[in-house]
Amino acid sequence: MELLVSDARFDSGSRWLLLHTIAVFAFLYLPIAVLILYSFNGEGVGGFPPHHLTLDWYRTLFADGPIWDSVLNSLPVALAAMVIALTFGVPAALALERAQFPGKALFRRLVLLPLILPGIITGLSLLMLFNVMGTKLSLMTIILGHGTALISVATTEVFAGLQKLDRAQEEASLDLGANYWQTFWRITVPNLKLPIIGAALLIFTLSMDEIAVSFFLIGRDNTLPLEIWGRLRRGITPEINAVSTIIFVFSLVAIVFWYRLRMQAEGGADAGAEIVQAVEGSGI
Amino acid sequence: MFSRAYKAAVTLPPLLWVTVFLLLPYLLMFCYSFWSVSASQAIVHSWNLDNYGQLLRVNVYWQTLLRSMWIAARVTLFSLLLGYPLAYFLSFYASKKKDLLYQLVIIPLWVSYLVRAYAWKTILGSDGVLNTLLQYVHLTTHPLEFLLYSPFAVVLTLTHIYTPFAFLPIYAALEHIPRNLVEASHDLGATPGQTFWKVIFPLSIPGVVAGATFAFVLSLGDFLAPLLLGGPSGIMISNIVVSLFGAAYNWPLGAAISFCMLLLVVCLLVFSERLEKKWSFS
Repeated sequence: MELLVSDARFDSGSRWLLLHTIAVFAFLYLPIAVLILYSFNGEGVGGFPPHHLTLDWYRTLFADGPIWDSVLNSLPVALAAMVIALTFGVPAALALERAQFPGKALFRRLVLLPLILPGIITGLSLLMLFNVMGTKLSLMTIILGHGTALISVATTEVFAGLQKLDRAQEEASLDLGANYWQTFWRITVPNLKLPIIGAALLIFTLSMDEIAVSFFLIGRDNTLPLEIWGRLRRGITPEINAVSTIIFVFSLVAIVFWYRLRMQAEGGADAGAEIVQAVEGSGI
Repeated sequence: MFSRAYKAAVTLPPLLWVTVFLLLPYLLMFCYSFWSVSASQAIVHSWNLDNYGQLLRVNVYWQTLLRSMWIAARVTLFSLLLGYPLAYFLSFYASKKKDLLYQLVIIPLWVSYLVRAYAWKTILGSDGVLNTLLQYVHLTTHPLEFLLYSPFAVVLTLTHIYTPFAFLPIYAALEHIPRNLVEASHDLGATPGQTFWKVIFPLSIPGVVAGATFAFVLSLGDFLAPLLLGGPSGIMISNIVVSLFGAAYNWPLGAAISFCMLLLVVCLLVFSERLEKKWSFS
């Protein structure tokens, strides 16, 4: 307890707080621990105690063609979504910080809305657009969906970085005769390197995991989450636990890395809060 | 310092993109909500309010909406009850471990929704981990059937998923409370309880409002957890929309429901922004 609590105003109430904190962490992590444990369970996804610990489900998984096909679909989707989200999200952050134009409030709300809007609305409204335009559903439509929805993440991350940015360097660059294009690539972008890499990482991870928007825009080829979803509707084996475990580990690494980048860029201990606050208008 | 050309160059491309891929689709959704489907399953572009009339007339629609709001309200309440003390502990008591603990809350926020919902399915099922555990320790003889395929399962899973969302803005609000206010309260003789209720809590209300909005809106529109864990009694409004866009093939009616949800979300956002402004001290 002393390890955790080192505040002078330590009182009996904080004992309860500590217990509560432990309980919430248990609630957040126990299900994931169970999921990982049962990926090694020979007897199926449930049943206590687990027995016949085995790596067979991982062997099944590595030999599972459709799963790997879906991974190969998800990777380019996530990369392309990342490119779209950054291509439009970075200028959007610059526009929100530096330009005044009619309809700016609406623009801000539109860009950020997908952060808080249930995926079904983003997915369905795009489905109707593609339907009216006569676009066939494919991985391309998923890319457009993810890219559009995740502009919000790029914008909030970069906007948070911009606010910490000293404009003097850009000013000096312009005064010394560089044009805006050169200044953007040589001064603005390098200064925003950490938020941009962080945003890219987050967007990639979120796209790899995304299911609600993809659910409506899917064509013939499945993304990984939709492939898993399809199997959940049929009957489940610990192979799903195995693939979930791998997804968890990858997400974990990406998120920890993103967090480190954020800490390096900001130093503040509430990295990530800007995403929630941006929606509420207090951030941007 | 930035020229008109620069401002136009950073504004126009994203503006154009979100107009085509966000604004236009929402407007299209609005248009669709007035159209109808013919007997031959073609979309009829006739403009009337029949779909909205149907939403008011047919009990199952507004009853499901009410049930979804009730589920979302419970998720919101539980997320706040779990998230607030957690944020409070992290902000005020976890001095050295703050960074690590914060990271531990953030990780589940971004980790795959599907992975976490699936984990609960394997835990709550009638041959699931929890039921077999309870029988193993002889607490029950038969599996508890209410655990899975029930509103309970949906509320539990969504609370698990949205607690970090509720935590985040509350924590940010607590972190921004000037510590000398808290110290002043102590020095002036307030008990820890008084300091909390009279100084800390009022200053954290904007965070609570933001967290509640997130948890409520995102769980209200969820359709995957109900499909996976809800069973017939756990159906939510988005599941009806999904079936209207799928097997039931009535896009216009589905669009009308979706558009109502969109309006509801935007109204809630505006409302919570107002609330936050009212309560924020800076």
